[in-house]
Amino acid sequence: MTQINVRVDGVTYTDDVEPRTLLVHYLREQLGKVGTVIGCDTSNCGACTVHLDGAAVKSCTVLAVQADGGEVTTIEGLAPNGGLHPVQKAFHEMHGLQCGYCTPGMIMASVDLLKENPDPSDTEVREGIEGNLCRCTGYQNIVRAVQQAAGEMRGAGSVSPAEVDTAAAPHVVGQA
Amino acid sequence: MTAVEDRATAEAPEREVGKARRRKEDARLITGRTTWTDNTVLPGMLHLAVVRSPVAHAKISSIDVSAAQEAPGVIAVLTGRDVADEQGSIPCAWPVTPDMVNPGHPSIAVDEVNHVGEAVAVIVARSKAAAQDAVELVDVDYDLLPAVLDMEEAVAEGAQLTHDHLESNRSFHFVFESGDAGTGQHTDEAFRDAEVVVSRRFVQQRLIPAFMEPRSVVVQPQGDNYTMWSSTQVPHILRIMLAMVTGVPEHKLRVVAPDVGGGFGGKLQVTPEEVISLLVARRLGKPVKWTETRSESLMTAHHGRDQIQYIDIAADREGNVKGLRCRILADMGAYLRLVSPGVPVLGAFMFNGIYKFPAYRFECDGIFTNKTPTDAYRGAGRPEATFAIERIMDELAVELGMDPLELRRRNWIRAEEFPFTSVAGMTYDSGDYETATQKALELLGYDELRAEQRRRRESNDPVQLGIGVSTFTEMCGLAPSRVLGSLSYGAGGWEHASIRMLPTGKVEVVSGATPHGQGHETAWSQLVADRLGVPFEDIEVLHGDTSISPRGLDTYGSRSLVVGGAAVVNAAEKVVAKARRVAAHLLEASEDDLDFSGGKFSVRGTPGAEVSIQEIALATFAAHNFPEGVEPSIDADATFDPENFSFPHGTHLCAMEVDTETGMVKIRKYACVDDVGTIVNPLIVEGQIHGGLAQGIAQALFEEAVYDADGNLTTGTFVDYLVPSAADLPHFDTGNTVHEAPGNPIGAKGVGEAGTIASTPAVVNAALDAVRHLGVRDIRMPLTPERVWRAIHGGGDGGDRATAGTNAYGGAQTETTAGVSTPQSALGGDR
Amino acid sequence: MIPAAFEYARPTSIDEALQAIADGGDDVKVLAGGQSLIPVMRLRLAAPETVVDLGRVAELRGVRDDGDAIVIGAMTTHHDVMTDPLVQQHAPLIAEATETVADRQVRARGTFGGALVHADPAGDLPAVALALDAEFVIAGLQGRRTVPAADFFVDYLTTAVEEGELLVEVRVPKLAGEWGMRYEKFNRVAQAWSIVAVAAVVRREDGHIAEARIGLTNMGTTPLRATAAEAALAGAEATPEAIAAAARSAAEGTSPSSDLNAQADYREHLAQVLTRRAVTAAAGL
Repeated sequence: MTQINVRVDGVTYTDDVEPRTLLVHYLREQLGKVGTVIGCDTSNCGACTVHLDGAAVKSCTVLAVQADGGEVTTIEGLAPNGGLHPVQKAFHEMHGLQCGYCTPGMIMASVDLLKENPDPSDTEVREGIEGNLCRCTGYQNIVRAVQQAAGEMRGAGSVSPAEVDTAAAPHVVGQA
Repeated sequence: MTAVEDRATAEAPEREVGKARRRKEDARLITGRTTWTDNTVLPGMLHLAVVRSPVAHAKISSIDVSAAQEAPGVIAVLTGRDVADEQGSIPCAWPVTPDMVNPGHPSIAVDEVNHVGEAVAVIVARSKAAAQDAVELVDVDYDLLPAVLDMEEAVAEGAQLTHDHLESNRSFHFVFESGDAGTGQHTDEAFRDAEVVVSRRFVQQRLIPAFMEPRSVVVQPQGDNYTMWSSTQVPHILRIMLAMVTGVPEHKLRVVAPDVGGGFGGKLQVTPEEVISLLVARRLGKPVKWTETRSESLMTAHHGRDQIQYIDIAADREGNVKGLRCRILADMGAYLRLVSPGVPVLGAFMFNGIYKFPAYRFECDGIFTNKTPTDAYRGAGRPEATFAIERIMDELAVELGMDPLELRRRNWIRAEEFPFTSVAGMTYDSGDYETATQKALELLGYDELRAEQRRRRESNDPVQLGIGVSTFTEMCGLAPSRVLGSLSYGAGGWEHASIRMLPTGKVEVVSGATPHGQGHETAWSQLVADRLGVPFEDIEVLHGDTSISPRGLDTYGSRSLVVGGAAVVNAAEKVVAKARRVAAHLLEASEDDLDFSGGKFSVRGTPGAEVSIQEIALATFAAHNFPEGVEPSIDADATFDPENFSFPHGTHLCAMEVDTETGMVKIRKYACVDDVGTIVNPLIVEGQIHGGLAQGIAQALFEEAVYDADGNLTTGTFVDYLVPSAADLPHFDTGNTVHEAPGNPIGAKGVGEAGTIASTPAVVNAALDAVRHLGVRDIRMPLTPERVWRAIHGGGDGGDRATAGTNAYGGAQTETTAGVSTPQSALGGDR
Repeated sequence: MIPAAFEYARPTSIDEALQAIADGGDDVKVLAGGQSLIPVMRLRLAAPETVVDLGRVAELRGVRDDGDAIVIGAMTTHHDVMTDPLVQQHAPLIAEATETVADRQVRARGTFGGALVHADPAGDLPAVALALDAEFVIAGLQGRRTVPAADFFVDYLTTAVEEGELLVEVRVPKLAGEWGMRYEKFNRVAQAWSIVAVAAVVRREDGHIAEARIGLTNMGTTPLRATAAEAALAGAEATPEAIAAAARSAAEGTSPSSDLNAQADYREHLAQVLTRRAVTAAAGL
């Protein structure tokens, strides 16, 4: 067992862990931070993405001992006091999630991307979240959500709400 | 009470159906406040890890569990022998022919293993780590048998057997012949007289549903009662089947599907691990949890597709189709699971697509191989059928020198011909293929892209452009119970809902259909808000727990809204009818004189005499002043059994760039117009189309479950099984036409599978259209750059892929090779 | 999956690290960023007795100017390498190739040195280091030695770093003259490893190609130089035709593998196409 000190979502924890304990297992099993989930075992899917010392990382590919002395932010601590981060809000507004399993990781990766690139193009968003797999949405509304959040975070005001092709499409006939 | 009264006098809510409501379920999902099964922790809970076969086919000669049993933290180790008398067989609910052969499917192998990854023992330990550590200590001796891996070899004379106690590798032979069914001409006659016949062999590769949330099961024993939480699409079916398989009486069993992270058919199953978890909890009297790893999931959760299709189409020189003949080999894998045989048979009614064939024959053999069992995957039978017909129509167009759209137009059902009974005996409900196609062509910018295609051809550009068409329909809304009965399915196809009116005027909607990402909580609220005239926010949708929602047949086959939503609407109508009696009593009026609108009953011609349904809920709770002889409840339930399937349709167009030097393909533009009937929530409908497209495109371009010559799955991790990322998919331009489904009170047709069913052939047709002039007439899916390059430069369909794993992670395969560490792979290092 | 249990050491200096490796028993793994090692351990394809974590060895991080070369510390993360001004100025090829490595989360943890020592033939950085004639500074308990890139990659996942040694830093010579660079990567999905990739470094002089160095990714058990193509390009006219002709020999002397993504002959073909494209771009055409 190795003792670690980690600050997670604003709270400092001191715990004994086996060196082999993955950060995501520490978060889920020792701290009860079950908002962060595990989707694969090869670092491909990104469902477990959290911020470690300010950068998005895949917490299934970091040992808990490597986070010793570090600061971790999970989806549960992204917005203080039960509020919503603009990216969380935008995922809701733009229907950027369906089953929601990839969503915490997707949001954490998107927040990290926007820190570096506050006004990403469609392609830049797609490449920026290439390390996060979603099986439900086909990504289009995730891209919209990230751009919507980017607009809000830049203070550009609210971009016009979801431009929903289906809603816009004239319904041809209402046949009985 | 004031709040209720205030609300009652407020403006009537605007119509909810058709509104792009943001989803109710998002609040917990975007903040990480979810209840995935794996989040569950119970006092004294033990953890399971499954020891799996590293070989595809063998007799188990001995198992030594002693070292594992002694390992730290291990409570018990159970083999198939230990549970042989109580584990029964994993059920197959769909005997598609009376003589279908079912070899039986033990949850833990007893004497023999029939695919890599099959469970041979289970470790029960105090922690997940301890359980996993002990897996490596179980010593199993296998007497190897030859593995059957190729369907065409499996049906040949003298083939090796998947199950040596069976006579052949054939499970069933299913035939539909329009001449015999009376739905058309005899197919042989049609072909005998045909001017043109085109024949092709198409391969529907094996896919893996790859839901994002790995499967997980928790079982808590309480005396002789058991509660199972499972990441399942089908809590109700699971409960019934577990009772039948294990002998735990149905009323002693509660199944809960909490938040479920995607399914796509992959969680429409009764899994060995669910049975094992229940058996272990029963035996030890302790709560247990099993959660799979991704590599376990890819290897052992059921796979989908995997057909070889021999398709013949007959036509005259003018392009009028005369007949269609489909002979299908469908890989069942090693065992029959819940609806394995039913998947290709569902397709039997769809190969004719939207066209007016005078004659049609479908023959399907279900084949056993030593691979993971197959079962439902998004579309289940219909993507396979749609692919075959939309590909062969293009081939026929080439043969006839016709424009592929013109050929389709000449043969499809015209708008004024609905309802139309197809040659397969299905009555298509409504639609207009021409209008959808016109809109799709506009969305794509068809003429401009055709012009560019010509320019690229003329200049011999290394990057060629092609446009692919798919005009499809599908049968949704599974299903009319009597039809399922005629197909020997083991259950009905109805769905159930109930509505509970709470004293404060709030509404609980109990749904038998249970979602795993589809947004039922939002859509059902919209349906009920309109029918009851209560605010969207006042409605809560309950589902996924057999003790809360006791009756249901769950979510698959694009059925939830069409069947389950219809039950919700009917229940709401019953609530209104009951409330009407109470309103009449309270308002001292005749029921016939009451209007119901915006949630309020009012007396016609008497301004101000009104009472809201939410007030009636309170009055019912109090029951102080109730009509004589009426029970004090306005709650209601309804069971809806559809009369017919519903038939969404649409036109999908794909423009594809093909780099002829490397074989790399890239979708330039994708446009589709779908008719899914009435749209309850356009945001959700669009999202379903997007997600469906992603999976259909992924079949065309990226995904394939590949086995090596020994029966190891070489695409055993997300390194090799390529689920596309955002960077690998295009923007989708989507649109809709709306022709209401006449068969349900909502008018919806179902949308969950449309994108997946329609898109795959559009993508492949596009790639072929780009390189057809170079002599290419087929490319096998997925269209890897290598296959495309080979098809262009070497002919054929691009051929098989090499089966060794990638170099990533030391070229080592994953657990499929039983965790054998090669000297190379063990070097590790870092990137 | 959870890795098998191991002993863990977390030195804070190179000397401590070398000592920890020496003390770690028969099967020691060095943990740099962990982005390949941890998955391999999770799949239990590796189960080391001891893991020596270099995460706290500060002297292994960072990029510095050393006169005629830039020096990249082995533990510098991909993200830091990509965004480093010295790298962007003197070795933009490294930045370009690093941007294609995996995804942003992996690049936040994965390290330059870790990727090179892992020496996966499908990895992007080995061929780049080879094309840039980088030098590898290796430390052992007996002292330090410098190995040229040509001698560093020994075999499949095997480098000149011996047991008990550590890669400390990589010296990348600054190039004098008019150089152009290009990394052409070919893979099926964004996140995937290279099927084949080509790193080209080209010096132009008077409308000719004075010198071309071409590194090949995934064309054998180690990264390779396309020596025949390099020879054909030396002194050739900087025209599409001349480059195309030279690129036809790009696969000479290679021995690519056959796997799920490509068979050997297709890899050979890709090497030619990608070499032509990379050299054409690097030559500014």
